[in-house]
Amino acid sequence: MAEAFANELIKKENLVYEKTKVLTDKTLSYCPGCGHGTAHRIIMEVIDEMGVQSETIGIAPVGCSVLAYEFMNIDMQQAAHGRAPAIATALKRLMPKKYIFTYQGDGDLAAIGTAETIHACNRGEHFTIFFINNGIYGMTGGQMAPTTLPGMRTSTSPYGRDVQMMGNPLKITELVAQLPGAYYVTRQAVHTPSNVRKTKRAVRKAFELQQSAVGISLIEIVSNCNSGWKMTPRQANTWMEENMFPFYPLGDIKVDGELVKK
Amino acid sequence: MKELRLMKGNEAIAEAAIRAGADAYFGYPITPQSEVLEYLMSEKPHERTGMVVLQAESEIAAINMVYGGAAAGRRVMTSSSSPGISLKQEGISYLAGSQLPGLILNVTRGGPGLGTIQPSQADYFQATKGGGHGDYKLLVLAPSSVQEMADFAKLGFELAFKYRNPVMILSDGMIGQMMEKVEMFPQQARLTEEEIIKKYPWVTTGKTPDRERNIITSLILDPAEQERHNFRLQKKYKDMQENEVRFETFDCDDAEYLFVAFGSTARICQKSVQLARKKGIKVGLLRPITLFPFPSKIIEKLAHQVKGILSVEMNAGQMVEDVRLAVGGDIKVDHFGRMGGIIPMPDEIVTALKNKIIGG
Amino acid sequence: MTEEIIIAGFGGQGVLSMGKILAYSGIMQDQEVSWMPSYGPEMRGGTANVTVIISDERVSSPILNEYDTAIILNQQSMDKFEGTIKPGGTLLYDPNGITRHPERKDINIYQVTAAEKAAEMGNTKIFNMVVLGAYLKIKPIVKMENVIKGLKKSLPDRYHHLIALNEEAITMGMNSVIE
Repeated sequence: MAEAFANELIKKENLVYEKTKVLTDKTLSYCPGCGHGTAHRIIMEVIDEMGVQSETIGIAPVGCSVLAYEFMNIDMQQAAHGRAPAIATALKRLMPKKYIFTYQGDGDLAAIGTAETIHACNRGEHFTIFFINNGIYGMTGGQMAPTTLPGMRTSTSPYGRDVQMMGNPLKITELVAQLPGAYYVTRQAVHTPSNVRKTKRAVRKAFELQQSAVGISLIEIVSNCNSGWKMTPRQANTWMEENMFPFYPLGDIKVDGELVKK
Repeated sequence: MKELRLMKGNEAIAEAAIRAGADAYFGYPITPQSEVLEYLMSEKPHERTGMVVLQAESEIAAINMVYGGAAAGRRVMTSSSSPGISLKQEGISYLAGSQLPGLILNVTRGGPGLGTIQPSQADYFQATKGGGHGDYKLLVLAPSSVQEMADFAKLGFELAFKYRNPVMILSDGMIGQMMEKVEMFPQQARLTEEEIIKKYPWVTTGKTPDRERNIITSLILDPAEQERHNFRLQKKYKDMQENEVRFETFDCDDAEYLFVAFGSTARICQKSVQLARKKGIKVGLLRPITLFPFPSKIIEKLAHQVKGILSVEMNAGQMVEDVRLAVGGDIKVDHFGRMGGIIPMPDEIVTALKNKIIGG
Repeated sequence: MTEEIIIAGFGGQGVLSMGKILAYSGIMQDQEVSWMPSYGPEMRGGTANVTVIISDERVSSPILNEYDTAIILNQQSMDKFEGTIKPGGTLLYDPNGITRHPERKDINIYQVTAAEKAAEMGNTKIFNMVVLGAYLKIKPIVKMENVIKGLKKSLPDRYHHLIALNEEAITMGMNSVIE
């Protein structure tokens, strides 16, 4: 009975949504509830919608998304830890007509790769940086990240981040927005349908800006890490809204080369 | 019409890189190799050939830019001197692991640490035994003249792409800073993207509908697959040993003793050969041009002819280990070296031969 | 023919560029050459020296422990290099600022008052060309026409209007050698 109903339902004329072909069929290696999968999907959907699969090259980082190239059905390179912006610099300069992006986590982009991030932004390279900020090192097992909030528990700040001892979290997105080479800087999230839509518009805008070679675009996606935070996915999203967003407020930070007045 | 110029080694390799059709150079200043970047910037290669030249924020960024460009099938080069080359080791290991071609010039200076800015050959182990982490080898060319600095830029790119492996030109402050007559080869066209895609099907230039996506990575989490990858790399290094050994001999036909020296030290030893022969000492010189693959077979052969071998190096004794391995222990092999940026003089090398090999 | 030369003096005296012009002149007459400078912090205000080799054959070592000719332009260099000249070799020096004159009897010693002559000509920058002229008078290893060609090659275009002045200075040096 149920099977007959399903067969009746699964028809081309009933199709309202389909996974983009710019994602591979490989099962995601991310934890259930993690924002990476959604972030991957919307970036690949934009590539699909713009029809630029054959002109796009992505750079995967070291971190949870080290295997991003398994899921993104485009040519990709895997970078040494933190060095993706250097690789992207070379690629974009050698192939200025192509769409080049890096996909990096907080440890990769804001700790070990700080120099590469800042200098690529300051030079005004014409590629796009996707920065997934979940305030923790997911892949290595939940250690403190440069973006870990004060008081937040991680395996290397087991009693909470003591800023006197461990230093302050780094708002690198606000920092790079100050640089003349940064043209479009925004902070988004992917935990609700409305946030997904906003983020997707930002991704599209960033890719389109690459055509006009005006400078770097950086999209921070504040995301969850329910495994690292030791929460259920729903708890993690609530915790993110209550704790991460006040510290990392969502919204545009720099648009068309101008800082957004708050 | 020959195009003869008087150039520093550092300038010659920069000019030669442009002419060899290099697509990009990424570097960071450090003495004694800063002239490479300076020369390139002054030559405006973006106007001459469309070549990209960029001063990176660090040696680390520069080698990763090489990685990015090489993964798109481009002829990309970087240069530095010893401390900077140490910083590049992570990137070089990634290049080797990802099987990417890239040209790395080390204009060596004395170490360890910040050391001195004067010439040294103390990076021999680092260059020939891997340098970074993991089981890998670079193909290492050791120029001993300004002409070779130019010629090896071209050869280096060719070998890097032939083997999909990084190639290092191991020079030193003496070759980099000295000027000699150079005959420049004519400008070679840069490959177009169409040519690159045709020649190198592995490049990440964008996944077209006619092929699967290309991925450049050194991450292989499955141990069995990683081991298979290691075997493939080892096979490549073996092929290099069979096909790419290069060396030069001087006055070896009647030699009773032998100097083995590379790079600038080999030049000094040529004078030492002349001085020694004036004194009736029949000594010859073997100059390895490739340090990996090392010319072991010719050394083994000469070891049957001569009574003793002196390995002359500007270090505490590094290449001498490879010489000893090649010889196999039948005759006396010793090392003479100066360190800290001191260049050994032709006469003190002859004295060392007398003391360490002939009299010893 | 192989001529092995050390040119030594203060940084700023034009020691390196003099060597470069000499080396370029050698190339202009199809000879093998090498130019090996001392480099590094010592160059800035301290002593500078360059080994120049011009030969009909492939040059072996670009650095040497003994020389056919030493051109010495300050006291430190005199102390360092007088003893390195081959017996029968040549020492050319400017007595300006020299407090201990050379003592060796087995070499040929010449003076040129180049600093003085350059000052007379109203341009101290051509000092090194006066020295070069004196050297070429003693050892005419390269032809004057090739020196001019070498000058053209080693000077950037924007300085080519100074070639006549340089040539004048070389001639002045040739006429100012004191045995």
